[in-house]
Amino acid sequence: MYKYDSYDQKLVDERVAQYRDQTQRFLAGQIPDDEFRALRLRNGLYIQRFAPMLRVSIPYGLLASRQLRMLGHIAREYDKGFGHFTTRQNIQYNWPQLERVPDILADLASVQMHAIQTSGNCIRNITSDHLAGVARDELVDPRPYCELTRQWATFHPEFNWLPRKFKIAFSATTSDRAATKVHDIGVHIIRNDKGELGYAIYVGGGLGRMPMIAHRIRDFLPELDLLSYLEAVLRIYNRLGRRDNIHRARIKVLVKETGPAKFTEMVEAEWALIRDGDLRLQPGDIDIIKSHFDEHPYESDAAADTSFDAMLKSDSGFASFVRRNVHLHRADGYRVVFVSLKPLGGVAGDASAEQLDVLADLADRYSFGEARVTHDQNIVLAEVRQKDVYALWQALCEHGLATPNIGLLTDLICCPGLDYCSLANAGSIGVSQDIADRFESLDYLYDIGDIKIKMSGCMNGCGHHSVGHIGILGVDKHGEEWYQVTLGGSAENDASLGDRTGPAISRANIAEAVERIISVYMEQRQSEDESFLRCYRRIGMPPFKARIYAEPEVTA
Amino acid sequence: MSALLRGHQIATDDYVALADDESGSEGSRVIVSLARWLEQGEALAGRFDQVGVRLPNTVELSTIWAGLASRPLIELDFPAFADGRAYSQARLLRDRYGFSGEIRASGMAVVRDQMQSMARAGIDSFVLRADQDANSCLAALRDFNLAYQPAADRLPIVSALRRSAGP
Repeated sequence: MYKYDSYDQKLVDERVAQYRDQTQRFLAGQIPDDEFRALRLRNGLYIQRFAPMLRVSIPYGLLASRQLRMLGHIAREYDKGFGHFTTRQNIQYNWPQLERVPDILADLASVQMHAIQTSGNCIRNITSDHLAGVARDELVDPRPYCELTRQWATFHPEFNWLPRKFKIAFSATTSDRAATKVHDIGVHIIRNDKGELGYAIYVGGGLGRMPMIAHRIRDFLPELDLLSYLEAVLRIYNRLGRRDNIHRARIKVLVKETGPAKFTEMVEAEWALIRDGDLRLQPGDIDIIKSHFDEHPYESDAAADTSFDAMLKSDSGFASFVRRNVHLHRADGYRVVFVSLKPLGGVAGDASAEQLDVLADLADRYSFGEARVTHDQNIVLAEVRQKDVYALWQALCEHGLATPNIGLLTDLICCPGLDYCSLANAGSIGVSQDIADRFESLDYLYDIGDIKIKMSGCMNGCGHHSVGHIGILGVDKHGEEWYQVTLGGSAENDASLGDRTGPAISRANIAEAVERIISVYMEQRQSEDESFLRCYRRIGMPPFKARIYAEPEVTA
Repeated sequence: MSALLRGHQIATDDYVALADDESGSEGSRVIVSLARWLEQGEALAGRFDQVGVRLPNTVELSTIWAGLASRPLIELDFPAFADGRAYSQARLLRDRYGFSGEIRASGMAVVRDQMQSMARAGIDSFVLRADQDANSCLAALRDFNLAYQPAADRLPIVSALRRSAGP
């Protein structure tokens, strides 16, 4: 866990005081609505369909147990008893009162949390791999680099009024688990031929109504040049990004309209003028940030445990859980345990106050007091001794947190949709429940294997539909909810955008369409090892299209 | 009537902003548009005591800097509350071109809630929007007493404080 020092704390406390004053001036009629809107967004507060919505920042998805308890407290005290984890590793509350938000922010500050820049046209929360620090395929732990970037981005005086929102994600592995190539900037931590640490920089990816895969604009950036290079990209964007049309204002449009080669040239020219300036990191700077993170002492004899294997053999329920929800840890004798927030019949990403408290207790007991949020809207207890996994599983079962479906069809990503969001054209929660109802059999789900269904209730794409293996986008047709389906998207290293199947499908038929897509895959795959995505890439759209729109017609 | 803040206090404006068709009174201090300055610079410099230049927030500084370097005042435009382009211009003027004259902000964003960011970017005088309270805006310059980023003001920088404390 990154621990604040007195400087971090002072800045967050001063922000709470600033926002309290802004709220009071707004309520006294001294700030016009549209200007207060811009100010409250920069403190995480939206006005939603039914009530304000507060988005709390969880930098790179990392949470301490006392922070989880505070999130539970806020759910109980200021909301209706639950919170909703998002696809950018944050948490949202759907029912806070505008007048009480300064108090919520003060409560958050007391546990080194905040809602700074979780919305608005500024640099948003820095996201990363939910397995950072424990993954076996990791080059280095990306979190200190994320934290350096978070601090640079926080209250950046030049970049608080950008043309549009700006999202940065980090990855340090060969299998990108942070969807970096669909971010405004994706940073891949790498080593060059000489063994030096640095970064490959991708710019101009994004989802929403104009999904794009990012361009690599620099193959290797030296380690100490990270912030000056980001500053150069942002400065070009702040000056030249379009402000005449909100739908053309993201950096991806600037990159596209300028041309990636010319854009790269402009960034490099700007960077050449600032790379030796104040933003250049000193060798000790990264160590200072690293020293703020806890060290986790692993037990050297953890692998000597035999109970884990014994329980796997004797308890089939536990074995199912381990098969889907437990991954290897880089330390022998430890395991990474995924907590599914996608129970059958539940709402993806929702956690009750009670569950948040339970997770805090379990994190304290079994995982060095830490938990992580994934961009698939689940929770990870990442550092569990293998001998504790069984007891942890039993505790999760008691609280409805042990659904063994990680990576399976029912582990789908879903935005809040029309049920909560004022932007949505269509519902998404109900559709996800309809789909889950059709795939109740766990055996069948296991047989289908790894597949990512991603669903958004509107073009803004909070549910990342464009990069779902199966993507579902809600659209409004004459006041009715319809759904556009795409196949073959991916947010990983082989990132690609899905292809449209054809005409939109009605609410009544969308679950049936998904079932038909799956049936084509099950018939056509060459073996159990050929995933849905690989199968689609091999056989292409025609067989799927033929089945989806076959009689009895699903488009009604 | 808009108040002027300069050097952390309420100031009397000794400049007059001239529209392109206004002639102004000889020997006074004026602010003219960039277009007018580029066209009539020499004549204006002879006619007035001091001539400041008002920049559009879209102008590329590198193309016009040579003509601005000797100016005592550059005014930056914030045409809308959420249009932050002139922040980059201010930083470039201070950091890249070493401009040491007055950088003045005017427009819709010159309000309490953006004062400190503007000061951090290098702006040192403010034509407050008409609805703003001058004392409240002065107080806003002290909302934050630390910063994470090096910039053009004198706030203590967190990374430097940490470096001097050692790991």
